[in-house]
Amino acid sequence: MNALVVAPVAVPLITLILCILLRPRHRLVATVSVAGAMALLLVGLQVLALAAGDVVLAGQLGGWQAPFGITVVIDRLGAAMVAITGVIGLGTVLYGLAREGDPAVARDFHLFIHGLLAGVCGAFITADVFNLYVWFEVLLIGSFALIALGGGKRRLAGTLTYLVLNLLATLLFLLAAGLVYGSTGTLNMGELALLFRAGEASSAATLAVVLMLLSFSIKAALFPVFGWLPASYHVAWTPVSALFAGLLTKVGVYALIRIVTLLWPEYGAVHEVLLWVACATMLVGVLGAAAQTEVRRILSFHIVSQVGYMILGLALAAPLAIAGAVFYLIHHIIVKANLFFIGGLAARLTGSERLAAMGGLYAKVPLLALLFAIPALSLAGIPPLSGFWAKFALVKASLADGFWWAAGVALLTGIFTLLSMSKIWNEAFLKAHPQGEAAIRPLRDARWAWVTVTALAAMTVAIGFGAGPVMDYAIAAAAQLAEPTAYFRALDGAGGQ
Amino acid sequence: MEFLVASAIAVMTAAGVYLLLRLRTFPVVLGLGLLTYAVNVFLFATGRLVVHAPAVIGAAGGTYADPLPQALVLTAIVISFGMTAVIVVMALRAWFECGSDQIDLHEGGDAPLRERE
Repeated sequence: MNALVVAPVAVPLITLILCILLRPRHRLVATVSVAGAMALLLVGLQVLALAAGDVVLAGQLGGWQAPFGITVVIDRLGAAMVAITGVIGLGTVLYGLAREGDPAVARDFHLFIHGLLAGVCGAFITADVFNLYVWFEVLLIGSFALIALGGGKRRLAGTLTYLVLNLLATLLFLLAAGLVYGSTGTLNMGELALLFRAGEASSAATLAVVLMLLSFSIKAALFPVFGWLPASYHVAWTPVSALFAGLLTKVGVYALIRIVTLLWPEYGAVHEVLLWVACATMLVGVLGAAAQTEVRRILSFHIVSQVGYMILGLALAAPLAIAGAVFYLIHHIIVKANLFFIGGLAARLTGSERLAAMGGLYAKVPLLALLFAIPALSLAGIPPLSGFWAKFALVKASLADGFWWAAGVALLTGIFTLLSMSKIWNEAFLKAHPQGEAAIRPLRDARWAWVTVTALAAMTVAIGFGAGPVMDYAIAAAAQLAEPTAYFRALDGAGGQ
Repeated sequence: MEFLVASAIAVMTAAGVYLLLRLRTFPVVLGLGLLTYAVNVFLFATGRLVVHAPAVIGAAGGTYADPLPQALVLTAIVISFGMTAVIVVMALRAWFECGSDQIDLHEGGDAPLRERE
């Protein structure tokens, strides 16, 4: 087995162990953590380069043959997700280097973040339903520790909400995994795909998978089960909430894309439900954001509405739509994490997260205003930034399939997104600070935070201007999702010998 | 035996859901625990209920208990044990710091508004 196939999990785990061993020495932990995040990014880029060359990495853990052993597969979608995890992981670790507050908190941050990254990468590479559950639990434990980091009344209250509802979703997933095994006798995704694509799945198996999709929907914060997200994401420490906003809900979206495209490549009943859910998610998320008055709460509701776009692409099931969803996933993770990072910097500069108490940033720190404008406009879908191309593909795909109302909802949501971004712009950047210009405090120790937000903004611009290759990659990824031969090949190895 | 196992799962699920809906940390922790038990017993049953049979296929074949669900349940038990520990720690921290054991979507959300007024 190629060692590279398990590297996305092994690298963060090794980093985690090293960080635990070096715990008493804060500086060293931070150094090891940055090095580990860089290594993960390198692994991600390597995997991405292989996938772009149409190499699909696959292996059997422990040498047990499929379908009895656990299969790991890194195809184009998985490789893109691992690479983007590397990018956001490194960005978050660098941003977290800024020494604000308790040094022990900063050290624990480095410990837990690698546990979380291991879980996220594991979920992206596994081809086994039960193994996916295990990775979900790994990333959940990491996320529980991270979201509570620093303590405080408000944070712990949000943590409990997050914890209970996510545990419930995971239990639902475990139940569904059991039902899938009970009704089909397998947990291997490739074998399940063969069964469902041949139309041989029993109605019990279909129900079991639908229950599984429900639990993914909770993780992805789809309408009507998104309530936990805006109630908890804004309480965490800035780099933590940026990591969650960028990556964690997208693990749910990834799982939805993976299972739905594997089992039902053609448009069907599941897609129809997902289409309605997607439209409702877009609208409810963006309208919820309109009612908020705090930067991170506004952005949290936008996560919900943006997830709707990805599910719209998944629900349409056409190759262009799936490609649009993949493109959206890549673009969104970068943009959303960056907006949270910038929101955090703005809050530190102005001393508040409430829009009413912010202001004056455009006059005092024009660079931050520029850096905010790039992801904000990209989020709303203004050309030539990355969000425009993602939305363009989705709207085009929905019009091509005759779902003009879905295209209408997508465009309307774009307009509302622009409105809400201009609300943050007007309040936090343009308007004068209510306590005068002197209230804006200069940042100390924020060098790496600036590097992170600048690099992510540059990536957004790069994806916008270099949309061609990224879209080509996404289209090829969609074709691979429609024909997941790697998942079937893993099974062949077991059958003959 | 099917009836016994099924009704045990049903009772645990019902009690778990009821406790979860109480939205106070102690009942919620117990409720999550009960739900976990219910799911674990259910997982065990997905391999079909067999009595007095080994979890390995003998040379002569014959009846056997499906070993896979047993492995899954073992994994799930270990994970849920860890999760329960985490949630108890969090609940205790929250109780000591907030002085309240409520779990409420709006409580946390509206807190800063009230602080302002």
